Amino acid sequence: MSLLEIRDLKVCYGGIVALNGISFDVEEHEIVTLIGANGAGKSTTLRAIMGLIPIAGGTIMYRGEKLNGLDTQKIVGKGVVLVPEGRRVFPNLTTLENLRLGAYLQKDKAVIEANLERVYGLFPRLKERHWQHAGTLSGGEQQMLAVGRALMADPKLIMMDEPSLGLAPLVVKEIFSIIRKVNEAGVTVLLIEQNANVALKTANRGYVLETGTVSMTGPGRALLEDEQIRVAYLGKTR
Amino acid sequence: MRRSRNTVLSVISAGVFLAILYMLNMNRAGNGMLISIMQKSAIFALVAVSMNLLNGFTGLFSLGQAGFMSIGAYTTAILLIPVQSLDGVYYMNGINPGIRALKVFLSALPPWFQSVYPFMALIVGALFAAVIASIVGVAVLRLKSDYLAIATLGLSEIIRALFSSPQLDGITNGSYGLNKIPAFPKMFGGLVPPIITPFIVSAVCITLIVLLIRSSYGRAFMAIREDEIAAEAMGISLFKHKSMSFIISSFFSALAGGMLAMYMRSIEAKTFSITLTYDILLIVVIGGIGSVTGSVLGAFLVTASKEWWLRFFDQPLELFGWDVPLFRTGFRMVIFSILLMVVVLIYRRGLMGTNEFSWDRIFGRFKWKRRKVQGGGS
Repeated sequence: MSLLEIRDLKVCYGGIVALNGISFDVEEHEIVTLIGANGAGKSTTLRAIMGLIPIAGGTIMYRGEKLNGLDTQKIVGKGVVLVPEGRRVFPNLTTLENLRLGAYLQKDKAVIEANLERVYGLFPRLKERHWQHAGTLSGGEQQMLAVGRALMADPKLIMMDEPSLGLAPLVVKEIFSIIRKVNEAGVTVLLIEQNANVALKTANRGYVLETGTVSMTGPGRALLEDEQIRVAYLGKTR
Repeated sequence: MRRSRNTVLSVISAGVFLAILYMLNMNRAGNGMLISIMQKSAIFALVAVSMNLLNGFTGLFSLGQAGFMSIGAYTTAILLIPVQSLDGVYYMNGINPGIRALKVFLSALPPWFQSVYPFMALIVGALFAAVIASIVGVAVLRLKSDYLAIATLGLSEIIRALFSSPQLDGITNGSYGLNKIPAFPKMFGGLVPPIITPFIVSAVCITLIVLLIRSSYGRAFMAIREDEIAAEAMGISLFKHKSMSFIISSFFSALAGGMLAMYMRSIEAKTFSITLTYDILLIVVIGGIGSVTGSVLGAFLVTASKEWWLRFFDQPLELFGWDVPLFRTGFRMVIFSILLMVVVLIYRRGLMGTNEFSWDRIFGRFKWKRRKVQGGGS
């Protein structure tokens, strides 16, 4: 049984079909990436899994349980969290308040403190800046905070939407090493990227999304070497 | 150690404030204006803080405060008007027999009940407003920003129109309004004299709101204000928290409305028109959207300058035999508006911004100045 099984997922915005029946699996302890161009339906997929938008058809199975139609609250409670696109930290709250909000559904204070220590262990920088308003952090730090905030919910599956968006190449490298670290700590990662190069290097497996359908799948390294993908997403000329 | 110092300072200043109030209570004769301004400020501070909870902390731009205040004011007033005054108050249309029967029954209850009855009346009014808010909230909280403001503004006007409609003559006395409302009661068997009661009630309510803001619920409210989508992705239920904030804000607005009825002794629907909401919005904005202490400070400054400090602009002024022009009734409002503009220009985000009053900040300022002086000397 896979951790996450998506079968024939369909999402429509009004009359426009955003996802036309996609299927993919995420196994436990994997890093899986969905790559694709703008408008391929990557973000839509994640938002549908989180229950943030209604789905038009198909099933989302998580550890053998159906997630379709559940409230976002319940889904977060089951250990699925989203690091939204563009970081979306709460700018006028402090770093610490942001992190505590990540553990909003956790009522046990001791567990929250333990999670906080774990996140600080992964991101010592956040501990240094715990009193600072999140809006005043640098882009990379904000991305760390967004990941740390998601980890506060003690997730089994963390889904990241474009973590490299708007970050300097050096910071992107750092973020991806963090993603590997998070994964080594036992959290399964579902990653969405436009930066296909880094994403495929990091991921165990990848899926290529094209206008609402999965067009190709395979291990990250294999996709990276695929001629078609290199042309379409990695900027290599024929 | 710093924390204990701050606690000591806070307790001392609260004690000093209470002592001043008790002294004013002793010398009521010469200080009528000051006492009345301070009482009104205390009441408006509570409404402003409850509006701030909704507008400043949860980010819901609502303009329904006056409506909820009127619910509290009318409920409290109807419950509190003494039975023997009923015929005098409802002299035009008579009172609804059901309400009279209820009031006759309540007035026959033992003395211990009578001593807590005014406070129960306040709470009943507040609960009534909270129930209305929870029903209306289902519909209006789906709206965002300006649309929410317009919907709540409309709601407040509907409530006001209902209260002054002839159909409710037997209950609200329609357009004649209610009078002979008893003034503030004493508390704790006379330990707190009537004059000080509104301060105690406001302080207790504001403390409750502050505790709410500091709890994890308060953090969730602020998360919704900052970014709804991210908040939802954290597992914060938008609807639940928005309606919670709306209901609690309405509850305390109505409680303050009830106190306003006790303060004014007579109310009519016109008291609770849109301008009342704007007055409170003004206090919130001047004090700082998102600052509780700012709202309290703003309530006092706005009330005092509007009704007291600027009074002399309304009287004709003669300097060395020269009759200064413009000094006549109404001129103080011109000065008040100019002052407001100046304040808003200098303090773009209100007097306190989103900060709260803290002893550390005050001491920090002193230290900073001292360091600057030393730096200049060396």
